[in-house]
Parts: sequence; C-alpha cells; structure tokens
Amino acid sequence: MGYSKSMNISLDDLDQNFQEVQLGLTSIEALEEANRCLYCYDAPCITACPTSIDIPKFIKKIASENLLGSAKTIMDANPIGASCARVCPTSELCEGACVLNHSTKPIMIGLLQRFATDWAIKNEQYLFEAGIKKDKNIAIVGAGPAGLSAARELARMGYRVTMFEAEENAGGLNKYGIVSFRLPQRISDWEVEQVKKLGVEIRTDTRVGVDIQVNEVLETFDSVLLSIGMSHVPELGIEGEDLNGVYDAIEFVKGTKSGSLPKTMKGKKVVVIGAGNTAIDGATCSVRLGAENVKILYRRSMDEMTAYDFEYEFAKQDGVEFRWLTTPQRIIGNENGNVCGIECLRMELGEPEHDGRRKPQPIQDSTFILEVDAVIKAIGQSRYIELIDDFGLDHHDGVVKINTDSFLTSNPKVFACGDVIFAKGQGEAMVVTAAQQGKEVAYAIHQQFTREIVEAESNK
Amino acid sequence: MADLKMNLAGIRSPNPFWLASAPPTNSGYQVQRAFEAGWGGAVWKTLGDPILNVSSRFAAFHYNGQRVAGFNNIELITDRPLEENLKEIYETKNLFPNHAVVVSIMVEPKQEKWHEIVKRVEDVGVDGLELNFGCPHGMAERGMGSASGQVPELLEKQTYWVKEVAQTPVIVKLTPNITDINAIAEAAAHGGADAISLINTINSLIGVDLDTWNTIPHVGGKGAHGGYCGPAVKPIALNMVAECARDERVGIPISGIGGISNWKDAAEFMLMGATGVQVCTAVMHHGFSIVEDMIDGLSNYLDRKGIASVTDIIGKSVPKYSDWGNLDLNYKVVARINKDVCINCNKCYIACEDTSHQCIEMLEGSGGNKYLEVREEDCVGCNLCSIVCPEEGAISMVELENEHKSMTWNERQAVMETFRK
Ligand SMILES: Cc1cc2nc3c(=O)[nH]c(=O)nc-3n(C[C@H](O)[C@H](O)[C@H](O)COP(=O)(O)OP(=O)(O)OC[C@H]3O[C@@H](n4cnc5c(N)ncnc54)[C@H](O)[C@@H]3O)c2cc1C
Ligand SMILES: Cc1cc2nc3c(=O)[nH]c(=O)nc-3n(C[C@H](O)[C@H](O)[C@H](O)COP(=O)(O)O)c2cc1C
Ligand code: SF4
Repeated sequence: MGYSKSMNISLDDLDQNFQEVQLGLTSIEALEEANRCLYCYDAPCITACPTSIDIPKFIKKIASENLLGSAKTIMDANPIGASCARVCPTSELCEGACVLNHSTKPIMIGLLQRFATDWAIKNEQYLFEAGIKKDKNIAIVGAGPAGLSAARELARMGYRVTMFEAEENAGGLNKYGIVSFRLPQRISDWEVEQVKKLGVEIRTDTRVGVDIQVNEVLETFDSVLLSIGMSHVPELGIEGEDLNGVYDAIEFVKGTKSGSLPKTMKGKKVVVIGAGNTAIDGATCSVRLGAENVKILYRRSMDEMTAYDFEYEFAKQDGVEFRWLTTPQRIIGNENGNVCGIECLRMELGEPEHDGRRKPQPIQDSTFILEVDAVIKAIGQSRYIELIDDFGLDHHDGVVKINTDSFLTSNPKVFACGDVIFAKGQGEAMVVTAAQQGKEVAYAIHQQFTREIVEAESNK
Repeated sequence: MADLKMNLAGIRSPNPFWLASAPPTNSGYQVQRAFEAGWGGAVWKTLGDPILNVSSRFAAFHYNGQRVAGFNNIELITDRPLEENLKEIYETKNLFPNHAVVVSIMVEPKQEKWHEIVKRVEDVGVDGLELNFGCPHGMAERGMGSASGQVPELLEKQTYWVKEVAQTPVIVKLTPNITDINAIAEAAAHGGADAISLINTINSLIGVDLDTWNTIPHVGGKGAHGGYCGPAVKPIALNMVAECARDERVGIPISGIGGISNWKDAAEFMLMGATGVQVCTAVMHHGFSIVEDMIDGLSNYLDRKGIASVTDIIGKSVPKYSDWGNLDLNYKVVARINKDVCINCNKCYIACEDTSHQCIEMLEGSGGNKYLEVREEDCVGCNLCSIVCPEEGAISMVELENEHKSMTWNERQAVMETFRK
C-alpha cells in the first residue's frame, strides 16, 4: 500500500485535506492489474489474509468484469472487506505474500479489492440474504468491525440479532477512529447498511451499563457478544495533563469525523506523544487541520516504532517531524491555563526487555523544552474495565479472558472478540483481525446452540 | 438467479459449460474433479484404436507479456486402453447422473469400425457421442480426423454409419482447416448428425528457435504442424459458429468451441447461435476452478438483463449477422477525439496518416497546447484510430444521421439491374 498521490495541503480549504488521499484504480488500471494476477493455485495471499478472502477468485472476476461476483467473493469472506481494502497493512499481509514479489511487483490486491467493493457501493448492491429465522436472540454490545462482522454472519444463519452501540452511528473506529483521508465514513456506512438489511437491529446512542443495564442484557438474550473495543487514551501521568490544548488522540481524530472540522489547530505547533498507528493519525490530522509544525515524540528509536513503514512514509510526506528517544516530563501552561511548552528528556536504549525491545533509559541532565501550543497523547488505549467487571468477566488488566477456540469468556453465555480481547503479544489490533474474530464468534455461538439442541434431543 | 440448465439435441446438463475432448477429460479422476468444480458436462478424450504419443507435445504463443494467447499441440487421441476408459466412463456417469457425459470417438473410415465403437461406448451408458473429424495432425495422416473432416462426402457417409446404430444423440465435431465451413456442416446435417460442435484446432507452428533453428515444439530436433487453440482462435471460431447458425441447411444445434476463457466469451458464442460451449485451453492454463466465475458471471449477467433462462439468449445475435451485400452503404460513423481525455500519444494520428485516410489533424491551441482533431468530412469511419488508442474514452466512433435512406449493395445492384433492362 502506498500513498502515491499525496496532495498538497491547503490552509484555506481544510475539507479538501480530509478527502481520500489514495485514488482508486481506473477501469483500465484495474483490468490490467487483474490480468496480471497469475491466479495461483493454493495461493499464499489467501493464507496471508486473516479472513482468507479467495483473492485470485475475486481478481479473476474483475478480469472477467463480473464485479458483482467479485464484491460478493470479498464480502462473503470479510464483512468489513470494503474498509479493509483501504486500511489493511497489505504489504504485511496479502501483498507481502504475493509470489510476484520475487520476480516483479506484487499485485495491488488492496486497490483491486477497493475497485470491486467501490463498484458495489456505487451501484447500491445488497450482497447477502438473511437465513431462515431461528428462535434465538443474540445481543451484540458494540457495533465496530468485530460486532458487525459477527452480526452479519449470525443474521445469515438466521439468528435474531440486536446490537447496542454507544455512539450516534455504528461502525466503531472505522466510523470515528480511522482518519477520513484514509477511510471515508461512507465506506463504513455501507457496510453497516449491509448488516441492517439482513434484519439486524442496531440500537445506536445506547451505552450498555448506562442506557441499559448489564443485567437486562444478560437476562433478555440467549447469548451476548462483547465487542466494545478499547477506551480512551490513558493518562501520561505527568504534570500539566489537564491544561487546555492537551488532547486524547482518539477523541481528537473523532473530532474530525463528527460534522464540521475544528479550526483549533490552525497555525499551531503540535507535538504527538507515541509512535503507533494512532500517533500517525493524530499527527497527520493536525497537519491537515492547518498546524504550522507537527512533531512526534517517541521515547524509543525508529526501530521500535509500532507504526508501519508506509504510515511513517506518509507522515513524513505530510511534513511530520520525528523526535526519537525523547520522553515528555512535564507539560507547561501559561497564565490562561493553555499549553505553551513541553519539557522533555533525552533517552538512550539499554538491555532488551521481555518483549525483545530495548529498554529506553533517560540520559542524565538532558532536559530541554519545546515550545508548543498543543499536545496530543497517543500512547495506546485503556480498557472499559468497569463494564467488563459489571459483566462479571475474568480479565487481565481489562483484557477479557477467553477460550481461544470458542471466544467464550468466563460466563458461558458471553463471548468476546475484537480489540476488547487484544493484548500485547496476543493478536494484532487491526480491522481485519476484528472482522475475522467476528466471523469465528458467530460460528462458535452457532455451534453452542447446535450442541444444545443435539444434547436436548439425545436426552429425550 | 437465472436458470442455466441446457439441452443440446437431447443431452441435458446443469449448465452450458462443458470440457472439450482433450487432456482435461483424459480420465475418470479428472472428469469427476471437473464435475465437482462445477462443470456441467464433459466430452471424453477421443477414444479409438491404440496410438502412440510423442514427448514434447505442447507449445504456446505468449503475446507481449500475456502468457498463452494461443496454444498448440501435437498430441493424438487417448493413449489409454479402451477398456479402462469405458470402465471410468461408466463410473463417472453413475456418480454424476445429472451431468452430461459425452464420449468423443474416432476410427478408420470403415462402417464396421464405427459400428463397433459406437456400440461399445453406448453400452456403458453415455449421454451422447461426439465424432472427432477435426484432429489436424497424426490421425489425419492415417485418413482419420480432419482428413475425413475436410471431405464433405466422407464426413457425411461416416456420420450416416454412426447414426445407423447410435441410440444417443450424435454430435459431429468439425475442423476449421477448411475453406468453407458451411459445406462441411451441411454434410454433417445430411448424414443425420443431431448437432455439430466446432471448432477443433487450426493447423499451426508456434515458432522457430533462433539459436538452434529447431521448431517450437520439437521432438528430438524435428517438428510437425500442430493444432492451434486458445484465446487467439476465438474470433475464427465465433465466425464459424455464426456462419453455421445462420445457415438453414445446417439447421441443427451447435456446441461452440474455440478460445472460450470466461463467461463473456461463452455468452457471445451463445448469442451467435451456440446452445452450449466447450472449453479446453483455459482450463489447461488455470485449472477446473475457472468454471465458478463462468457460472457466477453468466448468471449475474442474465439477472442484470432480466433474463430468466440462459436458453433465451441462444441465437439472439444471429439475425444481426449477414453477408456484406446486405450492409447499409449509407450508414456512417466518424471518429471524434475528446481533447480532455486524450493523452497525446499521437498513435491515432500516425495510424490514420500512414495507413488510412489522412484525416486527423495535429493542431496547436493559442496557448501552444497540442491537440488532435478529426476532419469528419474525410473520415471513412474505419475505426482504426479508436482501435490503436490506448486511453478509454479518448476516441469515440459516433453515428451520424443518415443523409440518404438505407441502401445495401445488393439493393443497389438490383436497382441498377432494373435500369439496364
Ligand atoms: C486512530 C486509529 C487508527 C487505526 N488505523 C487502523 C488501520 O489503518 N488499519 C487497521 O487494520 N486497524 C487500524 N486501527 C485498529 C482498528 O480500528 C481496530 O482494531 C478495530 O476497529 C477493532 O474493532 P472492534 O470492533 O473490536 O472495536 P471498535 O472499532 O473500537 O468498536 C467498538 C464499538 O463498541 C462501542 N462501545 C463501546 N462501549 C460500549 C458500550 N458500553 N455500549 C455500547 N457500545 C459500546 C464503541 O462505540 C464502538 O463503536 C486503528 C485504530 C485507531 C484507534
Ligand atoms: C492438447 C490438446 C489435445 C486435444 N485433443 C483432442 C482430442 O483428442 N479430440 C478432440 O476432439 N479435440 C481435441 N482437442 C481440441 C479441443 O477439444 C478444442 O476443440 C480446441 O482446443 C479448441 O478449444 P480451446 O480454444 O478452448 O482450447 C485437443 C486440444 C488440445 C489443446
Ligand atoms: S505438466 Fe509438466 S510435469 Fe506434468 S506431465 Fe507435463 S511436463 Fe510433466
């Protein structure tokens, strides 16, 4: 995946800065690229896709101009396949596995996937039908990629599904978290529509634990899936965090996806703390909101950065500066309570830690101050521990414990998938992983009910 | 979803996609795998008296980076014992009662030979027979295959012999290595064929190795002409199918073969009169699984067009295919270049200037920008510029309103005739 056609950033027309950066393929480009695909047998790209999309098959269908069939092939395997076409780190996944890497260039699988799903979106296609109704009611808490994927599969099997979503719209981070210039909201909206069309009820503006009690959910439904993702960015634990101009990266990005764009960053000097995917999104959003200078501060070095190479390149193209081995000590405010600077400390790398990454250690007397107007915190996401406790589920620091085969939690009626079970070293927090887990949970729930029926029959 | 079931002269199959008689239908194992993958029918690799094959059999024509634009072979009919084939045919039909199992046969041009093989094959229970009068190499040197298929009387007589004993529908497979496909198709119909299938392969030599001066392929330094098939032969096959379809003296159903690689090719053959299609090269290139998109693509196409059954498209374009003498001399199209889309490669300009009618102008705008424009009054509407144009939408051929009322060459000659009287 590359951002070949990065646009110039406009200071007058911020909306333009939030238009999708990567252009889609033209029909000719798509046809040429589709015909370049070898249609491998037992293709490695299929194995590399967490949702096992039959990639040669959908590409062959683009080549034969059977775009409906192509879109169906994609969305059948991946209910979030239109979003994934845009946000998957394809060079690490399908495209990384393409056999043509050895001889020439890999097939642009992501862009072809986008071409086919864009066709379906543009032509307002509804791709699947609900199964024959089954007499089981399932609640899904959280309508992000994981929940939607599960809902889609359950509805296709005939289950009655009710989703609870805290936000005004379903879609999770695809709707509110991933920046619009990589993933326009209408893509996620179409995926949500596909799910609704199968008869899934989505109760938006309904936060479980607040607008409806956990007990009620547990009592009303035959099965419950917890797919609430993760929560806000945690505290840095340093002085000055409550000053005006200190932002939570996720909330900050959400602000660019909820109505008109905020004007607050124009001409500002911004630092972003952290070097993961969220930090990149926070930084590039700031640039596109008109910030004068944007720096990413990271306490480790470039080698330890968790953002992907293409994200790093993209941020650099947007003019984002990187300050490696730099850790914030204190945020400094002026008399009005606004951020005016940040005190930092230089670091050096020591011995490897348990995760293999070298431990950053402060260099003595290396304190320095950066003059800034805004600080964006992007050091990961905290957990909805309170809600998880309300459900009475076993967890490890907010990471819900599950049986890895069935996604069943410590409560035999409650399953969990997506970011809510993601932990360091256990899976990756990616849309495509959430989508795959959603599918697997749906089959696990189905299996549990089927087993119940079989047991009831044999006890007769 | 549209109904894809088809019926070719009484041979039924769940969809119109059959494997052609060739290596993919060499054994029960293969045909059964193909049916599992979704193929609606298969024409078994040609059975006949035992033969010997050579090694190094195939070669392909790769065109500008696309592999297998055309495919060439010097393989003969089956090299497996008849008994084994018959046993596997029986098993396959039992396992797949609803699929079409047709068996291709070829023997010396003798009545008793044909009678014998027809009986033996029909005894195991098949849905139909296909007579191979098409194989252009090897077998032809022994008086079989296209050697018979090129002589209408021989083909008619042998078809007749088969029909004397056959209980199942008989398809006669035609060779394209002939001047007039209609003559031979009519002979098949006269002989009593229930259907024809076409085309078999076209005489070909893929190439010559510039270092060794050997032919491609060669067998120990010697080559012989092979049979050409694959995407490159589709236009030839499509025309031959269409010519037979519009020939009233043929008048029997057609199984279309030749360069069919996807659902679109298949739909074109069906529109041009084929009841169903057969495929060889495309599966040899990609495997049996390509049928999935053939079925899916065709069915989506029919749904989009609101057509309930695939049989409804058979022959729909045949009335639009005629002789040159019936084309309207006053119909006019001209090329028009869209300056906003044009990428200024000037390929159309030089094509028209050097090889057509010199009616594209290279002009310069007031700002020094170069652009191309067609002098429409001189444009003969040959399409060449739009053919060489690499940019979609840059050149369109636009229909002009007829200045004169429609007049074909034949009508014109008829009018002239009345003047002469
Ligand atoms: C800024 C950012 C950029 C990212 N970029 C990428 C990327 O480029 N590629 C990629 O693959 N992944 C990316 N990710 C990760 C990806 O977005 C997540 O892994 C994925 O969205 C997880 O899906 P989920 O359904 O588990 O959770 P979420 O998408 O978080 O969805 C959870 C949903 O549950 C709802 N919810 C929470 N609590 C409640 C409650 N109590 N009651 C009802 N509803 C509730 C939330 O409102 C939300 O809609 C990014 C993440 C972030 C934060
Ligand atoms: C290797 C090879 C062997 C073939 N053997 C036979 C044969 O035994 N009998 C026959 O009727 N046609 C035979 N054919 C011709 C095919 O059945 C078919 O008519 C031809 O290949 C055109 O179709 P295609 O363009 O889809 O390949 C053979 C073709 C190939 C490539
Ligand atoms: S395909 Fe290759 S391996 Fe198989 S028979 Fe032919 S030459 Fe041998």
